[in-house]
Amino acid sequence: MSSDTAEPYIRIENVTKTFGGFVAIEDVSLTIERGELFSLLGGSGCGKTTLLRMLAGFEMPTSGRILIDGIDVAGIPPYQRPVNMMFQSYALFPHMTVESNIGFGLRQEGIAKAEIKERVNAMLDLVQLGRFGGRKPHQLSGGQRQRVALARALIKQPKLLLLDEPLAALDKKLREQTQFELVNIQERVGITFIVVTHDQSEAMTLSSRMAVMNEGRIVQVGTPSEVYEYPGSRFVADFIGSVNLIEGRVLRIEGDNAVIEAEAAGGELLAECGSGLAAGEPVAIAVRPEKLSIGKDAPPGDENALRGVIEEIAYQGDISIYQVRLPSGTIMRVTAPNRERSARRSLTWEDEVYLSWRPDASVLLTS
Amino acid sequence: MTQMADNAAKPGPGRTEGLMRRLGFSGRTAVIAVPYLWLLLFFLIPFVFVLKIAFAEPRLAMPPYTALLVWADGIWPLVQTTWRNFLFLFDDRLYVVAYLNSVRVAGVSTLICLLIGYPMAYGIARAGTAWRTGLLMLIILPFWTSFLIRVYAWIGILKQNGLINNALMGMGLIDEPLPLIHNDFSLYVGIVYSYLPFMILPLYANLTKLDGALLEAAADLGARPFKAFLTVTLPLSIPGIVAGSMLVFIPAMGEFVIPALLAGPDNLMIGRVLWDEFFSNRDWPVASAVAIALLVLLVVPIVIFQRYQSREVDAS
Repeated sequence: MSSDTAEPYIRIENVTKTFGGFVAIEDVSLTIERGELFSLLGGSGCGKTTLLRMLAGFEMPTSGRILIDGIDVAGIPPYQRPVNMMFQSYALFPHMTVESNIGFGLRQEGIAKAEIKERVNAMLDLVQLGRFGGRKPHQLSGGQRQRVALARALIKQPKLLLLDEPLAALDKKLREQTQFELVNIQERVGITFIVVTHDQSEAMTLSSRMAVMNEGRIVQVGTPSEVYEYPGSRFVADFIGSVNLIEGRVLRIEGDNAVIEAEAAGGELLAECGSGLAAGEPVAIAVRPEKLSIGKDAPPGDENALRGVIEEIAYQGDISIYQVRLPSGTIMRVTAPNRERSARRSLTWEDEVYLSWRPDASVLLTS
Repeated sequence: MTQMADNAAKPGPGRTEGLMRRLGFSGRTAVIAVPYLWLLLFFLIPFVFVLKIAFAEPRLAMPPYTALLVWADGIWPLVQTTWRNFLFLFDDRLYVVAYLNSVRVAGVSTLICLLIGYPMAYGIARAGTAWRTGLLMLIILPFWTSFLIRVYAWIGILKQNGLINNALMGMGLIDEPLPLIHNDFSLYVGIVYSYLPFMILPLYANLTKLDGALLEAAADLGARPFKAFLTVTLPLSIPGIVAGSMLVFIPAMGEFVIPALLAGPDNLMIGRVLWDEFFSNRDWPVASAVAIALLVLLVVPIVIFQRYQSREVDAS
């Protein structure tokens, strides 16, 4: 156990992995603290699973180093790493009962039978499978199998638990329920989790921090709200949730805000900006659909306002999604909660509306 | 089913077709009927003949056994059977010895095939896809030559002045030829060589299905490669081991050609006893009884084989 606070628990240093000529991971560096629930988020083929498999020891980095609790794990085979993995397919041993599946890891260490039984029972309780210890995996439901896989990976109390798409095989309702269970279990056992997922809402619900990956690189690391509210690039803004991107050019800086000339908006828009932005620079204003207000009345003067026509309304029960066409032809996406019953809602197709948002509700993107 | 009913309701099929269907003929029953008809014609009916002969008495005539039904004075024929032939199998120690010897030879051959075949099947299943086809081809290739010729070839390899003895003597390693042929050694060489593919192919089919993630999971949980093999690969390949063993054991039990060509004169297997009884002794009833007894003896392993087969089908 390292008590050195300066040294992060997991340190991935400039790791690159190539398969033949294909670069799966390109110069990735990442640090993860003890007890975090960290997500690796990205589309298929972005390298997130390869990174996970390198942590487990199934793949070796082509270059770079991986340190777990201060120890370089290069050359340590999977069966000696203080790391356990929950496989996407669960990889439960079909010829063993739930109990012997969960106890498998302990049996490899020559632990006394009585102690194994005790710890297996504790695990069965933790994942609420107490009555199913004697069953075979094929006699369980998908959700139960998922919990067996989790229990089996947790029982050795690894320094790091890797979860490869832990919820992908479950149906939507069960998945949402299990997300919270997973977070609860992680908090109780206090083990560092790294979760690989392609599902952004899963990553946001589960994790304390997340890394967004694209084409073998990490494009942004942060807490879910940081990544959502302050995406660093067009890719992240677009990948996490949905976003309206308005392309434009910086005219001048006015205090905290930049004045942007945007052709699509047919005029000037204000957007909060950091430092280091120069006039003439091409930028994109990223504004989330739920940050926009939609209404028939003109907004107060200090807000950005655009006029448009409602082209589509997607009624989803709790919210409605409006597609508003601007005079320039650009389509803006707006979501608004349905506070009133549908008969009393005033907005309908072909209505002329104002879209408005405050300058600090958007993010300026340069890349 | 509903689709078939729909089709039947549609106008179009001619009158004969409708009639055929009403009599229970359809594409499906026709397809199922073919193998059943085949088994009936070429297995069940001959088996009934053999069974009948096994209960008859030998006689010097053509055919050399008494008829099952004798038309005496009455309207009903008289059934004449005897258990004499079966009892005779226990009277003469020759038969019991031959049966036990066959079980021993088939059992040892199966074990040797398993010990050689498992690593081979494992190797092929683990080989890269580019290699796999070629390696499987090498296993199947011997089937392209006649079985008999291949067994004869072993005589040329093993005999007194055969390939091996000549080579060893030529190199001066031995002064006189090794006794390689007409003993248990050559018998096992012949059987193992001939039946090895029947062990490898089902094992390969089983091992190639093994999910690699299971072995990764075992490694991840701390099992060294050999431990992972013992705790995961081996138990999951039991259906393949059973299938391969049965495919070797069952035909090896009744094997005639290989013992006749390669075994020593004192090695008595049931296949040869059967042959002698039929062709030398011309005692068809006893020969038939030997054949029936062999079948009954083999029913046990066949039932085990079937149970494993169906269990594997259920599991997948």
